Amino acid sequence: MPELLDKNLVFVTGKGGVGKSTIALAMGMAGAARGKRTIVCEISKQENASRLFRKGEIGFNEVGVAENLWAISIDPDESMREYLLLQLKVRAARDLLVRSRLFNYLAAATPGLRELVTIGKIWELAQPRRRVKKAREYDLVVVDAPATGHGIAFLQTPRTFAGIARVGPIHNQAKALDRYITDHQTTGVAIVSIPEEMPVNESASLERTLDEQVGVAVDRVYMNAMYPERFDQADARELQEALDGANGLARAPINAALSQYRRSLTQREQLERLKRQVSSPIKSLPFIFKPKLEVPEVERLAAAL
Amino acid sequence: MAGVTEMLEGKQIAICAGSGGVGKTTTSAAIAAGLACRGQRVAVLTIDPAKRLADSLGLEELGNEPRKVDPKLLERAGTEIKGELWAMMLDAKATFDDLVKKHAPDEETRDRILQNQIYRQLSNALAGSQEYMAMEKLYEIHQEGRYDFLVLDTPPSRSALDFLDAPRRLTQFIEGRGMQMFMRPTGLATRVVGRGSSMALGVLKRVVGIDLLADLQEFFTAFSGMVGGFQERAKRVNELLADPATSFIVVCGPAGEPIDEAVYFHRQLVEAKLPVGGVIVNKVHYQSEVEPASVEELSALFDEDLAERVGSNFADYQALASRDARNIDRLARELDARRVIRVPYLDEDVHDLEGLLQINRYLFASAEEREALVTAT
Repeated sequence: MPELLDKNLVFVTGKGGVGKSTIALAMGMAGAARGKRTIVCEISKQENASRLFRKGEIGFNEVGVAENLWAISIDPDESMREYLLLQLKVRAARDLLVRSRLFNYLAAATPGLRELVTIGKIWELAQPRRRVKKAREYDLVVVDAPATGHGIAFLQTPRTFAGIARVGPIHNQAKALDRYITDHQTTGVAIVSIPEEMPVNESASLERTLDEQVGVAVDRVYMNAMYPERFDQADARELQEALDGANGLARAPINAALSQYRRSLTQREQLERLKRQVSSPIKSLPFIFKPKLEVPEVERLAAAL
Repeated sequence: MAGVTEMLEGKQIAICAGSGGVGKTTTSAAIAAGLACRGQRVAVLTIDPAKRLADSLGLEELGNEPRKVDPKLLERAGTEIKGELWAMMLDAKATFDDLVKKHAPDEETRDRILQNQIYRQLSNALAGSQEYMAMEKLYEIHQEGRYDFLVLDTPPSRSALDFLDAPRRLTQFIEGRGMQMFMRPTGLATRVVGRGSSMALGVLKRVVGIDLLADLQEFFTAFSGMVGGFQERAKRVNELLADPATSFIVVCGPAGEPIDEAVYFHRQLVEAKLPVGGVIVNKVHYQSEVEPASVEELSALFDEDLAERVGSNFADYQALASRDARNIDRLARELDARRVIRVPYLDEDVHDLEGLLQINRYLFASAEEREALVTAT
């Protein structure tokens, strides 16, 4: 099986608040740094890429943000329109359907159709020969996917849909999408976790579900935001002794050091738990002590991926 | 700054809302445990799929009905419980099924709906159905009147509207106005969308396949007799949310983005004229009030290497602490400052009852008590 960054399509998922979006951007940067034409897809209109690279709103456009790196914010309505245009070769039929708004009604009435066309657009971006005319070809497509619960439902959409539409073009396309995202050669998943009890539990059960129910390849679990091991046990003893005799001024820094020691111990325990509970390779990423993450910080993460 | 006690004075329902990963579930459980310890009979409703509360409360599994948390567990965790603590984890699909069973005119309609492919997809995955089912369950349990106080943990969402809009979106969906076009390709539809619509329908059938349309048609036909019941129910659920005895609590973290989201969330709640109790900020790095010791002063206590590490660690910590302070100031300016409760970043993860009780020392503390606690850390 190819290395994560050598795949065509990578979904980044994990529990809410663990830094998924940042890792997705870092992965885009890592791909670009290896000379791959890379695009990072957002699907929640958060515009993280435009904020990080200080660009105007990106929207449903493939916008260059750095060398070899593009970003897009995938909108389901736009994807739906594009899908119809690509689908119906006969112009008159296409116009008729768009004008009658029947498809809009269908989209509003069919649960999951918006997710399906979103995945369809992601697939289209990842194709070596794009369906959209004169479109750029990418080597790597990175998706900032929805958090755990919604993420599973999202990745399952093609399969569910192939079941709902039992025959016909949508059925065939849904099946093709499912085949693509469950092809371990082309598509991979990275789970992001942080070294805390509940995110570790959630990552482990997420890995199981993705593997057993969805059938996608989980290539890696990132343990994000790991503190450096600044103090060892001997340091901690010394700090504790000093604390008892220390004046007010020194107390705050000593307390902060002891707190960091304890936190980093707990984090190492969580890392061990994660190792016991997941079967994919784990990579630790450093906690970044900056009030706000800018390009150099995300580059640092990219180098560590 | 007041505590949760003041926030929830005279209330019967607390709804904890906010984006993912900010500690909503933990906060909900902590509030429920705190109120139960103080003598109320409390139920906390939390959200599938993470089984987070089950982890916190040492329960093997939580069903779709509240279960009583063994008081011995709380005693063992170091507190006396004067009231009762009940907990459940929402099963959105089961709640939806119950709702269908309640409203279906006969068994045949009920079974037709429960087995319909579109319904199955809807009850499992449609954005908004989990949100609505959380409210629906809250309403149901509130109607039963078995508890003094209910705490609802909500599905993570970036926008309060995702949550508040859910009943409306769902009933609108079930009404299926646009669907009449598919059901009657001739006759009314021709008049409504004009000539050519049956031709368009023909094209659509080619694109999506005939049986998907058939499933949709069956779904909306089966639901058509139940729309009124759903609408009425959604209306009452909304009334409960706006009731003066309900209190929305926004939960967030201290970093820039979660604070932005909390501000946005709070604004939306106020605009929707819903009763907002306040904001709880979790995992706050507290800034030390005193001017810290310099590296030289630390050098008097430790060797150069350790002093250096203690110094740079503290500088990092202070950078985060001043970021948190700035962000919380911004939040406090947006709303009444007294309504912001800060819970410090503790050395240990909070995932069990001991942890919940530790958080409660901050959540339920009076202003003076909290200051004393913070100075001690």
